[in-house]
Amino acid sequence: MTGANTPILQIDDLTVDFLSEGDPVRAVDGVSFHVCPGETLVILGESGSGKSVSTGTVMGLIDCPPGDIVSGSLIFDGTDLSNLDEEGRRGLNGRRIAMIFQDPLAYLNPVYTVGRQIAEVFESHDAGAEGPVRDKVIQLMQRVGIPEPETRIDYYPHQFSGGQRQRVMIAMAIALKPDILIADEPTTALDVSVQAQILELLGDLQRETGMALIMITHDLEVAAVMADRIIVMNGGKVVESGKAEEVFTNPDHAYTRRLMAAVPHGSSGRRHPRPAVEGETLLQVENLSKHYMLNAGLFSPKIEFKAVDDVSFVLRRGETLGIVGESGSGKSSIARMLLRLNDPTSGRALFAGDNIFQLEGKALNGFRRRVQMVFQDPFGSMNPRMNVRAIISEPLVIHRDILPRARWNDRVVELLELVGLKAEHADRHPHQFSGGQRQRIAIARALASDPELIVCDEAVSALDVSIQMQVIELLSELRQRLGLSYLFITHDLPIVRAFADRVLVMQNGRVVEENETEALFASPRHPYTQALLSAVPKPKWTVVEPADSVI
Amino acid sequence: MVDILMPSTRTPGNLRQLTIYLRRDKLALCAAFFLLLLIVCVVFGPLLVGEAAGKLGLRQRNLAPFSLEQGFIYILGADTLGRPILARLIVGAQNTLGIAAAAVFFSMFVGGMLGLVAGYSERWYSHVILRLADVVMSFPSLLLALIVLYTLGPSMTNLVIVLAITRMPIFIRTARAEVLELRERMFVSAALAMGASSGRILFRHIAPLVLPTLVTIAAIDFATVILAESSLSFLGLGIQPPDFTWGAMVANGRGYLASAWWIAFWPGLAILLTTLSLNILASWARTVADPLQRWRLQSLRKAPR
Amino acid sequence: MMLGYIGRRTYHSAISVIGLLTLVFFLTRLTGDPSALYLPLDSSLEAREAFARLNGLDQPIHVQFLDYLQNLLSLDFGQSLRQNRSAIEVALEAFPATLKLAFVAITLSTTLAVIFGALAAARPGSLFDRAVSLISLAGASTPDFWIAIVGILVFAVGFGMLPTSGTGTALHWIMPIVVLMLRPFGLLVQVVRGTMISVLASPYIKTARAKGMKRRRIIFGHALRNSLLPVITVAGDLTTGLINGAVVVETIFGWPGIGKLMIDSIIQRDFAVVQSTILVTAIAIFIVNIAIDLLYVALDPRIRY
Repeated sequence: MTGANTPILQIDDLTVDFLSEGDPVRAVDGVSFHVCPGETLVILGESGSGKSVSTGTVMGLIDCPPGDIVSGSLIFDGTDLSNLDEEGRRGLNGRRIAMIFQDPLAYLNPVYTVGRQIAEVFESHDAGAEGPVRDKVIQLMQRVGIPEPETRIDYYPHQFSGGQRQRVMIAMAIALKPDILIADEPTTALDVSVQAQILELLGDLQRETGMALIMITHDLEVAAVMADRIIVMNGGKVVESGKAEEVFTNPDHAYTRRLMAAVPHGSSGRRHPRPAVEGETLLQVENLSKHYMLNAGLFSPKIEFKAVDDVSFVLRRGETLGIVGESGSGKSSIARMLLRLNDPTSGRALFAGDNIFQLEGKALNGFRRRVQMVFQDPFGSMNPRMNVRAIISEPLVIHRDILPRARWNDRVVELLELVGLKAEHADRHPHQFSGGQRQRIAIARALASDPELIVCDEAVSALDVSIQMQVIELLSELRQRLGLSYLFITHDLPIVRAFADRVLVMQNGRVVEENETEALFASPRHPYTQALLSAVPKPKWTVVEPADSVI
Repeated sequence: MVDILMPSTRTPGNLRQLTIYLRRDKLALCAAFFLLLLIVCVVFGPLLVGEAAGKLGLRQRNLAPFSLEQGFIYILGADTLGRPILARLIVGAQNTLGIAAAAVFFSMFVGGMLGLVAGYSERWYSHVILRLADVVMSFPSLLLALIVLYTLGPSMTNLVIVLAITRMPIFIRTARAEVLELRERMFVSAALAMGASSGRILFRHIAPLVLPTLVTIAAIDFATVILAESSLSFLGLGIQPPDFTWGAMVANGRGYLASAWWIAFWPGLAILLTTLSLNILASWARTVADPLQRWRLQSLRKAPR
Repeated sequence: MMLGYIGRRTYHSAISVIGLLTLVFFLTRLTGDPSALYLPLDSSLEAREAFARLNGLDQPIHVQFLDYLQNLLSLDFGQSLRQNRSAIEVALEAFPATLKLAFVAITLSTTLAVIFGALAAARPGSLFDRAVSLISLAGASTPDFWIAIVGILVFAVGFGMLPTSGTGTALHWIMPIVVLMLRPFGLLVQVVRGTMISVLASPYIKTARAKGMKRRRIIFGHALRNSLLPVITVAGDLTTGLINGAVVVETIFGWPGIGKLMIDSIIQRDFAVVQSTILVTAIAIFIVNIAIDLLYVALDPRIRY
């Protein structure tokens, strides 16, 4: 699969510490890898695995101190990168090694036009003399797929969409046709469909220029679609490396196996098919709409933005209804309205026969007991000053009639055990737990008031892959034991497939398709659903590329 | 990239750690010692030298500093009535720091409360609070204080109130800004969804998180208030004789500059050293609190090669 | 939109100024009867009544206030009791002296602060950085009235190099400007240094480094431009605060500006002049604030009003 077999970059035994009080913290521990021209190396790992630090060292972006490169050699095309002075480093960065980052909004200077920032690459390497820089910048923007580059060259970063900003970053990176492009989680902040386009662009550019691509990601699907070779990092060490297909199909290391097992594979379908739910209607939403007035610009009148537009659906008791859509599709607005956190513009929502939006006082309090919410970011949804006991017992404090005070403690312990935590965890604070444990605490809190419906808003999206499935399993176990109903909101198709009975697909505030989960995934009817499903990437080794098959 | 930006995950929590950081910054250590000494003087000083500070001495009138003939208490010289300046500095410290502390506390408490309300509620009184803060903020505080003090008459209470009011907008605005940010946080949404009342959200969830910021500002503001009080006292609108502060001492010495420079010099130096120490400590605290800067104060031990 | 924004700002500021004038009006009336100051002690009751009637002081206070507002609308700001001419004229006459002083002080201190702060932030922890930090902290901590006195003591009384007070030659400017600059300079250096350090750690600086840009261009092209916004905000607040310094500096150096006029008028109970001075100052501060908002728009393309 590789274009040439001499590595353009060879890293051996790299160890990087971060100095702090007392013993240094080891971020990268004896890491070795190489990449050849034309090849894509994926560095796969969860947050904190040291994957970004190792490539940051290649670019000289780690400040020393507090960083400290303990050992290792970094040979780029015959040059030892660790011995470079500032000027030598400057000559390589941007010209021969380039980098793009996760969050292009933060990584672009907000006060300069994108054109100027792209042009700086030419100017920094005295490459501007060969022709008018502006024309070159326009050509670059055209190449990376930004429409109307002649006018948009003078726009500022905030005037672009997330995907386009990443395209600008890519334009900047490939301006001088580097030998290596390092992409650090380039698509993590983007929607699935945009993600696919960016990955495709990177693949095309690689084929055109023959550059080596080092791609850092935590996302197994992205890894599968891009990688020729993969190294898997965990706790600063390389735990596995090899050809992409081998790593995926036959993982060696226990960590990799756990990681792979966690993925709800698109092809394998759901694990536990459930009989169709035939319960009574619990929640009936009718013609729900939420409109905002936006200031469009200098002299134009305000325009109406329809965040949620005439949405209706039914949720039966004991059922799990998935709402799927990309960011801005209105799915979270629905959750917030149903919980009475925001008011709707129009429409009704009947919960067990009562219109939620007309509840007041005691009736509203009763409703809040019966419906609970689990939020995307478990850390953010808990007051950092409270310990776990105070957090879980808060519903009991607010609704005094649930339990007498004397029994709160026992109930907290009971709930902790129900979600797979221990009684002694009650006295700790949220920051002392891992992401998955925190989400368990959030679930325990939601269960404290014996609710009938739990609204999960991207409840597992912020978690690492290996944790996501455990939380989903917990939720489905609770569904059986406690007879709960879920409204499960997510952008993640494999997850909704593994968990929901029925799925609602939303786009621009409207419901575009609704069906039983399996039927929807088997034969999507609406073009948007089809596009969403086809945006789920296919592994690279399954795609036959004529150019590569020769080798 | 997150792991690149956050080199140190350990936050300095305990007192022992803070003392270690303090020892690494010699300047901050000196500042801390000076302030400690000052606090000791304020607490015990008046008991020891209170009498000497008021004692008139004909023989010591305008006594020059740095002579030990009249005893150590006259090391910094004596004023026009022969009172030892060192003793008066110690007694004046109590008033100077006491007024500043009272004003800052009052300002933080009332301003913080108003800010909480203004940030959480969108009723008419929130707008009134903000507009009042604007009025005070948009006008030179010293002029405002001058007018009020001249009208109400200079007294300890009035001085504290006026100083507190001129510093209040910063607490109102900060508290409000924090509340505006905090109330969008998910744990507030979570509490709302659980059915928590406004009072519970404001005082149980939001206020405890606003408090540390307000205390930090109060600590930094302390130096500003000392300077403001000194200016007012210098202009003759601070507390009135027989009570005095350092600022009033400078004003008293102003007329004798050519003949006895030390009368005005020492109290001003005392003000400078106090505010400088406070500012140095504040700057050190900022370094400690900043995860990007903290390593400068840490003993960095490299791994063996 | 921009015009609408300025309109809204003007409206809000007008409310603030009127609120302030109302407050001051009633406060100043509480200070006592000016006739006691302006007429001989033994003047007859008739003479006092005539004086009161002439200046409208015999009316109930609310009537006086309504008259005052009515006159304001026709741009009549009342008569100065002390100088027997239009109060606004007196205020406007004193204004340029303060304006010149303030303008030079704030321009100079901002420029110097940006240069020193940026250079210090470029090499944090270096000797230069530590020296600049200490000097700026000292500048922010110095009581202005005291340093003015010490300045007079050393340069005027001691060396006889500079004049003690008054205006006229260029030499007269040196001490007032330096004293007035100290605090803004000290505070601004810290703001520039602090924001520069955090901006230099921001993601887009990493991008610039990854692009291979020259260090000098990263610091002065990318980092400085982004650091300017908070600096301008603080500089704006300090301009308001500069009037505080002007009161002290003008009093000590006998500089015939608005601060000195204010103090004299309060003490002499020259109400109309106090009111007019406040009006002029408030309008000047309002103009500064609008200018800062416009500067914001010019510097940050994300900001639109």
